[in-house]
Amino acid sequence: MCPTIVNNVETLCDVKHIVALGGAEYAKLGTPNNTGTRIVSLSGHVKRPGYYEIETGKVTIGQLINDPAFGGGLREPEPGRPPRKLKAVIPGGSSAKVFKAGEKFKLKRKGPDGQMVEQEMDMLDLPYDFDSLIAAGSMSGSSAIIVMDDSVDIVEALANIAEFYAHESCGQCTPCREGSLWMSKALHRLTHGEGRASDADYLVKIADNIPGGRTICAFGEACSWPVQSFVAKFKDEFIAKGKADEERRAQGKIDPDTTPSQQHESATAH
Amino acid sequence: MSNTATTETKPAAPAIEKIKVKVDGRELEVPKLMPDWQGKLVPTTMIQACELAKTDVPHYCYHPKLPVAGNCRMCLVEFGTPALGPDRKPVINPDGTPKIAKSPRPAIACATPISPGMEIYTQTPGVKQMREGVLEFLLINHPLDCPICDQAGECKLQEYSVDYGQSASRFVEPKVHKPKAVDLGPRIVLDDERCILCTRCIRFTKDIAGDDALGIVNRGSYNTLTAYPGKVFDNNYTLNTVDICPVGALTSKDFRFQMRVWFLKETKSICTSCATGCNIIVGSREEKVYRYTPRENDAVNACWMCDHGRLNYKWIGRADRLAEVRRQTSEGRSEKTTWTVALNEIAEKLKKAPHGSVAIVASARQTNEEFWLLKKLADKFGALTDSIGYFGEGDKLLLNVDRTPNRTGARLIGICQANVGIKMMVIADSIKVGKVKTLIVFGEDVTKSSLDAELLGKLDTLIVSDILPNETTKRAHYLLPGCAHVEKRGTFTNIKGRVQKFMKAVEAPGDARPEWEFLHDLVYNVTGQDGFLTIEGLFNEMAKDVPAFNGLTWAGLGDTGVTVPT
Ligand code: SF4
Ligand code: SF4
Ligand code: SF4
Ligand code: FES
Repeated sequence: MCPTIVNNVETLCDVKHIVALGGAEYAKLGTPNNTGTRIVSLSGHVKRPGYYEIETGKVTIGQLINDPAFGGGLREPEPGRPPRKLKAVIPGGSSAKVFKAGEKFKLKRKGPDGQMVEQEMDMLDLPYDFDSLIAAGSMSGSSAIIVMDDSVDIVEALANIAEFYAHESCGQCTPCREGSLWMSKALHRLTHGEGRASDADYLVKIADNIPGGRTICAFGEACSWPVQSFVAKFKDEFIAKGKADEERRAQGKIDPDTTPSQQHESATAH
Repeated sequence: MSNTATTETKPAAPAIEKIKVKVDGRELEVPKLMPDWQGKLVPTTMIQACELAKTDVPHYCYHPKLPVAGNCRMCLVEFGTPALGPDRKPVINPDGTPKIAKSPRPAIACATPISPGMEIYTQTPGVKQMREGVLEFLLINHPLDCPICDQAGECKLQEYSVDYGQSASRFVEPKVHKPKAVDLGPRIVLDDERCILCTRCIRFTKDIAGDDALGIVNRGSYNTLTAYPGKVFDNNYTLNTVDICPVGALTSKDFRFQMRVWFLKETKSICTSCATGCNIIVGSREEKVYRYTPRENDAVNACWMCDHGRLNYKWIGRADRLAEVRRQTSEGRSEKTTWTVALNEIAEKLKKAPHGSVAIVASARQTNEEFWLLKKLADKFGALTDSIGYFGEGDKLLLNVDRTPNRTGARLIGICQANVGIKMMVIADSIKVGKVKTLIVFGEDVTKSSLDAELLGKLDTLIVSDILPNETTKRAHYLLPGCAHVEKRGTFTNIKGRVQKFMKAVEAPGDARPEWEFLHDLVYNVTGQDGFLTIEGLFNEMAKDVPAFNGLTWAGLGDTGVTVPT
């Protein structure tokens, strides 16, 4: 058996620079402790989604979204609708914990005099680097930024992510294998008219039993962090959706669009 | 070669360095290295250290005789190690104890090596919560089959649910459905919904049995255990997977739905189907044997046994078992008689037998004690003795080419030669020429070997002891019903010289008696030598008398036997 090398595009781009500049010069790019470049893959509700190479930490999340050189701002609304507002940003691949628009963080940063100072910072002002995003409770991860405007149903978004993770779990270890599908089934229910107000807590309880070294690989974190962070930061939306379903069911109204959750089974089984 | 019996087959291992660890606050010294699944010395794991500390760490995928997989996550524990200062020296608390840095992440006890000064925490709220979490995950898609599941009573899922389960499930989603009653092979049925995907069966089959027959297909929660397409799961070791499956996913076609395990009486015994002498547990109820399962003995069979041996028990309960003492009248009619009459008559006849006129054919399925008693008779009468060999194909794991359990014992005691059966022709000739007039046969149909019916007809006295009827028993002048090994106590000597004892599980049918008992009576009648009324006394006396067994005692054999030089 021969080992197979699988390289990221980002790695190959870094290698090109390192070969051209030499290691020492390459390390001068970026910011201290966060050197070199990153390939940001910007997707979602921006005018110019795409791949942008930046010096690590030299550009903020806000710039990546709004600067004409990068995302160019949120996409235009449909005619006659008011302008779009930013709702959430997933900063480092879909497993990274979500940022809510307007979220503020207290970060310790090196001041101009070299002293560490604590600084309050809006989510959009976070420099796009490893340390800042970790300090803000998420991660730069794969450097894939997903931008969501206010047209997004956050519960639907999480259901979509959870379905992906349930499908991708290899199934080797118990918490991820069982937890990822459980969360996905619950979210499927919640997005198909069968939600409960208690589902917000229900989801977090499932998610809390998966990460933190309980699994063989980091996929356990990857599948549970989105659930933990989405529900924590947008809890009212999860509760509202569940409540609405409960009320509709209490009135005996069945939404013609809803699919019984039983169908989820055959939809993802393969 | 020394003549001293040893409990070990290998020379004593060199001393292993010990290290200090703490398990739930209790300090103990554990060896730095311990045997892994292959017996190789490797760094001791947390679960091994906890076992030495007599602390149970719940686990599903871990099995001491299988390579570690680390997939179930039930064994997660918290731990800490001595904190090191910037000088790489241990940081010391004000009270002089080393400061422990608790790991922010848990570790699986089954795969994590210990280190000096490590503290393992198995009872913290965090550990309890992790166990509850794993158990809940394992149960959400598990069918509630316990009332009809064969594993009930020895199910690890049931067991740990008592300790870590929630009283009510909060799972409100539809369960994943998987194949039920999958026919994996001639002896195994799989219920995929019950499977917790621990991969024990896969690892056993691949790494122990050497037959890469099982695997998992599909991803995530749809993971499904299966035999490779087109492959039948039918190696000679498949039933071991039923033993090691922690739940009721793999079931034995032979045993399923036969008996609730908690009704079974368990008796320590030895498999008699080959010379390996795998240690077994006989599961019986109301004098009926329901199953054999392997019993751990690292010097013989580890935790395994072969399917051939495991399923070879049905003859014990056969309806045509010999259960009456019978004698032939002077008119040649067979009639029922009593042990006293038969043994007295036999003794009288034997006492009159001239030196060299008796021959004995013993079975290599008899016990050491029985051979020794027969040997005493043989010595008294200058009798020819031999046994009959049964050979088949062996394998690399356990099954020996010799399909009898005690040919080694017969040889060490002097009943047969290394070349078993070599004297059978001499016995035949001696009968033919009228030199041998009395033949004693134990547990063999000699008409299938060199002593045909015509030869048997030439004898004055044919004394036969057996369990099942055959052409030889039909012709016996005295027929003495004997016992299956599960109906008596005794010892066998396996192919490597391990002397192992087995205990009585069920009563013999009718008048059948353990051979050692009536042989003992006979020897006493014939030789006048004082007897030993218990198997213990008999064994100990034999051990004094037979050079190969010198130094052994019944008690000293323990449950797993003692190896003697062969
Ligand atoms: S955590 Fe990793 S190893 Fe475990 S099931 Fe998920 S993907 Fe597989
Ligand atoms: S069938 Fe049993 S031993 Fe095999 S993987 Fe499933 S639970 Fe484990
Ligand atoms: S290997 Fe021999 S002793 Fe062991 S179970 Fe099989 S037949 Fe019995
Ligand atoms: S027993 Fe350790 S992970 Fe399964």
